[in-house]
Amino acid sequence: MIQVEHLTKKFDDVVAVNDISFTVKEGESFGFLGPNGAGKTTTIRILTTLLPPTSGKARIAGLDVTKASDRVREKIGIIFQDPSLDERLTAYENLYFHAALYRIPVREIRARIDKALAMVELSGSRHKIVKEFSGGMKRRLEIARGFLHMPRVLFLDEPTIGLDPQTRKVIWEYINELKRDFGVTLFLTTHYMEEADDSDRVGIIHQGTIISLDSPERLKRKMGGAQIVLLSRDDNERKLKNLKIGFKTLNDHIYIGVAGGSPRDTLNRMLSSSVNLDEMIITQPTLEDVFIKLTGSAIREEAAGPMDHLRMVRRARGKHR
Amino acid sequence: MMGFVRRFLYGSWIIWQRDMKRMLRDKHQFYGSFARPVLWLVVLGMGLRPVFKESGGVDYIQFIFPGIVAMSLIFSAMWSGMSIIWDREFGFLKEILVAPIPRTSIVAGKIMGGTTQAMVQGGITLIFAPLIGVKISLAGFVSLIGIMVIISFTLSSMGIALASRIYSYEGFGTISNFVIMPLFFLSGAVYPVQTLPSWLKVIVSLNPVTYGVDLMRGAVLGVFQFSIVEDLIYITAFGIIMGMLAVVLFRRY
Repeated sequence: MIQVEHLTKKFDDVVAVNDISFTVKEGESFGFLGPNGAGKTTTIRILTTLLPPTSGKARIAGLDVTKASDRVREKIGIIFQDPSLDERLTAYENLYFHAALYRIPVREIRARIDKALAMVELSGSRHKIVKEFSGGMKRRLEIARGFLHMPRVLFLDEPTIGLDPQTRKVIWEYINELKRDFGVTLFLTTHYMEEADDSDRVGIIHQGTIISLDSPERLKRKMGGAQIVLLSRDDNERKLKNLKIGFKTLNDHIYIGVAGGSPRDTLNRMLSSSVNLDEMIITQPTLEDVFIKLTGSAIREEAAGPMDHLRMVRRARGKHR
Repeated sequence: MMGFVRRFLYGSWIIWQRDMKRMLRDKHQFYGSFARPVLWLVVLGMGLRPVFKESGGVDYIQFIFPGIVAMSLIFSAMWSGMSIIWDREFGFLKEILVAPIPRTSIVAGKIMGGTTQAMVQGGITLIFAPLIGVKISLAGFVSLIGIMVIISFTLSSMGIALASRIYSYEGFGTISNFVIMPLFFLSGAVYPVQTLPSWLKVIVSLNPVTYGVDLMRGAVLGVFQFSIVEDLIYITAFGIIMGMLAVVLFRRY
């Protein structure tokens, strides 16, 4: 459905997208994961005919995005990173205008809009001016709009950026519904791990290059299995040595890598030797770990908070593998 | 697959419709189109009347009346450029740019929208004609409407062309003031231009509004400075060039 070959985009001297190639199959969801400025939005802009590439080719449903841009635009729907609604019109009017632009037959428009609004649960606000909508409502309306003309490919550029976790969850329910019920091909960019995790395949993009491309499961599997983290107290280290369980220590924390399968055996053995497990966590590798391992940097710089402990776990994992 | 002409006309129509919907919703602009002519007629007309006494054989307020109409057209037509800046700022332009309609139809729809808006505002200005003793014959009225359409089209195209290359409100505000003020004052709209220094006369003779005002004054008061043919050729040519410029500049956006 999407074919990209040696795509490159330069802005003056800056190479925003550097010779990337990939394909997305029909009905597949493809996630582009990377930090801000990695080239995600530039790629989307090229694929959606908003920006001509410097070199290379991109085709959507077999149509070249530069040579047949008008026809490509008929096949795609886009949910932009930034708001793109007419805030002075009502929700209904925004959708009506969209339907008219995409030449949905007049007698069908009403029914389609009703259905789209019902799906994103905005039926009650249809005649409200969009300016009065909350951020989440606007986003939902944009999703309804992006799919109103039944595109074959739906592009989602950071669809949930700046939204609270609950709204993000709701929005993902809608998006997954579209994929499940209509078989629409999804191309999304994100820097949220959880969102990339739900994609069929993930391309990790860093400084304009795709550095890894696979299903999230396989990407994570390459990182090895789970990891048990406990505090170094009560002779824990000595007991582990006696049990011949390999570990590393860092800042009073003990890190035990569990190669392959479940950590149950290791835990049983530790319990029987009365290792102190009062404070313990088991972590599975995340896409963030994959990203850190591949690039040596984190996707997001976050402020210190309650997640610090977990993040330290991740860092340690990156170091000793 | 529809032919290009049909797709073009359809796209322009949809873009135009949206601008109309927005215009009808914007009450302030509507009030403004009443207030502005009153303000200018009173401030300029009453204030300068004693100084000018008779201008070309007519009363000063009657003399500037076509100029006030022209000013309404200038302001609202240039405003159509602002609507593109506005759409870009609020992100809505992207929605239009990725839609399967030809780029040229976006420009055409916007120019049509600007022209219609200018006509509405200019039309409101005409209501004041009887109040200041300007009597317009039916033939004069019909030709006046025609002239206003040409002027509105020309200036809307100019506004869109400018907006295709300027990306901020502030920038557009500044530039459009630089354009609007000379367009208005150096057109013979508010005072006769025969006595201006020759270098300013050059600007006057290049200004499309000069010919528009001349035509309107001819239609309303029967006084011409240039010939009708000269006026029509210049302003129409200017309009077509501006329209094409808008298409070219916007395409590259």
